[in-house]
Amino acid sequence: MPETKLIEKLQRLATECRLDIIEMISKAGSGHPGSSLSAIDILVALYFHEMHFDPKNPYWEDRDRFILSKGHAVPALYSVLVRSGCIGQEELGTLRQINSRLQGHPDRIALPFIEASTGSLGQGLSIAQGMALGLKLQKKEQKVFCLIGDGECQEGQIWETAMSAPKYGLNNLIVFLDNNNGQIDGTVKEIMDISPIDEKWRAFRWATTSIDGHNFSEILAALEQARKEEDRPTIIIARTIKGKGVSFMENQIKWHGTAPNEEETKKALSELRARL
Amino acid sequence: MSNGSKATRESFGEALQKVGAEVPNIVVLDADLSVSTKSVLFAKSFPERFFQMGIAESNMIGTAAGLALSGFIPFVCSFGCFVTGRYETIRVSIGYNRTNVKIVGTHAGLGIGEDGYTQMGLEDINTMRAVPGMTILQPADDLTTHAAVRFAAAHVGPVYLRLTRQKVPTLYRSEQVFQSGRAILLKEGDDLALIGTGATVYEALKASEDLSEYNPWVIDIHTIKPIDRALIRTLGDKCRTLVTVEDHNVIGGLGTAVAEVLSDGHSRARLVRLGVQDNFGESGKAEELYDKYGISAKKIVEQVRKILK
Repeated sequence: MPETKLIEKLQRLATECRLDIIEMISKAGSGHPGSSLSAIDILVALYFHEMHFDPKNPYWEDRDRFILSKGHAVPALYSVLVRSGCIGQEELGTLRQINSRLQGHPDRIALPFIEASTGSLGQGLSIAQGMALGLKLQKKEQKVFCLIGDGECQEGQIWETAMSAPKYGLNNLIVFLDNNNGQIDGTVKEIMDISPIDEKWRAFRWATTSIDGHNFSEILAALEQARKEEDRPTIIIARTIKGKGVSFMENQIKWHGTAPNEEETKKALSELRARL
Repeated sequence: MSNGSKATRESFGEALQKVGAEVPNIVVLDADLSVSTKSVLFAKSFPERFFQMGIAESNMIGTAAGLALSGFIPFVCSFGCFVTGRYETIRVSIGYNRTNVKIVGTHAGLGIGEDGYTQMGLEDINTMRAVPGMTILQPADDLTTHAAVRFAAAHVGPVYLRLTRQKVPTLYRSEQVFQSGRAILLKEGDDLALIGTGATVYEALKASEDLSEYNPWVIDIHTIKPIDRALIRTLGDKCRTLVTVEDHNVIGGLGTAVAEVLSDGHSRARLVRLGVQDNFGESGKAEELYDKYGISAKKIVEQVRKILK
């Protein structure tokens, strides 16, 4: 597919996923729209371009793996699983409800396409590293992708993994940092500044790039570069906007973990639909 | 009881090396204590399957979970206090993810001795018992440790294996005596039962000799979870007094596990829980600490006599 066509396709899918995210969180009455909307473009690039997987067989041995270390952004993951045919659209309405496979944070036992149960920040990256190490031991070519948050970088365990992944030469581990500068209690800068974040990862000997996390050609180029790494893991620091795509949610900390009410939902959906 | 004594961490190191040769998907991770935990023996035999993770236990646990999700059987090794101290990581990365990870905590309890409290696993059984699906093993001697390692490798699901720094006397002549989930009946008796786990099994056995006028039962609970409910119920029916002896805080350990079984039934037996009484440990020789905290054979005898007087 020529790049402009591909990017148009991904943009359209991302808008459809944003509609899913707003609808499912609104119906659930709770959830994290801000982080789901900041991360969705990265997930769309992974699930609709980069990763090899079989929507009919979650256990296919030769699949690439994705781990959502910042588990609270799981509505974004559910929406790409629906749009890629892994689970049915009707299931989105069950998010966070009793007996649902769509738990408030990812649950690999409840829903087979989830590679790891996450939600306690800092842990998903270690698990991703273990999988990447396992694939290396088995001499397999598959990649492990992982999405972490910028607030999550305040967890010590993140830096334990930052230290260990280069030791094992894990070029099959590709991490996105959703750098939306927001967390529950305020901006990352005021809560516990993590800057200069790119210099930190570079100092830990990771292949480090910074991109606009809502620009598909930059996301795709960074992924292509990551595939060329021979003996070190990659981190792609994606500058993103919390609540991206819904004007009144953008860069508003309030929308980190609040569901929109009926009126707000209507407004958000009509804004997004206008873009289709 | 035959001759000889060995620390169960030593037995573990040898057993892991042996089982590692038979099971190619066993991998081992350690956090800069491989010489102490004895995982170094596996590391020397199978360097490509050993991962030195540095002094970073949370990352070691998470990495092991990821390896398990790729089809490996990881053993993560450190002192009991350090590895189970990363409870939140164990709870989610191993427990909730149902990963087939074997957690090995050595230098359990007061038995570490001179290093003092910060190095003593004294609450580890308590926290590991709270993780759904976790099997907890604490073998009392060399051969049962070999059996426990073999069981852990074959069992699908998380296991916590608790081991001693100090040497413990050999109690058994065959690995066959170890059956997971089934306590070992060392002595059948009358009205009194002494129940030990790990290093305290020997103390209980030795105490039983001095308490021969009561003809006590002596039990080795090597599987603390799931515990041998049937045997404890039998003891609850047949005895007037049950005494648990553990090198652990009495809150949440062996004594608590036995109390839970008794409280589910109709036993009228009295339960006495010997162990560290909601307290910290301290430096000293292991034997001195066992005396001071009341879990040596001598102190078991004294306390039991006082209670039964």
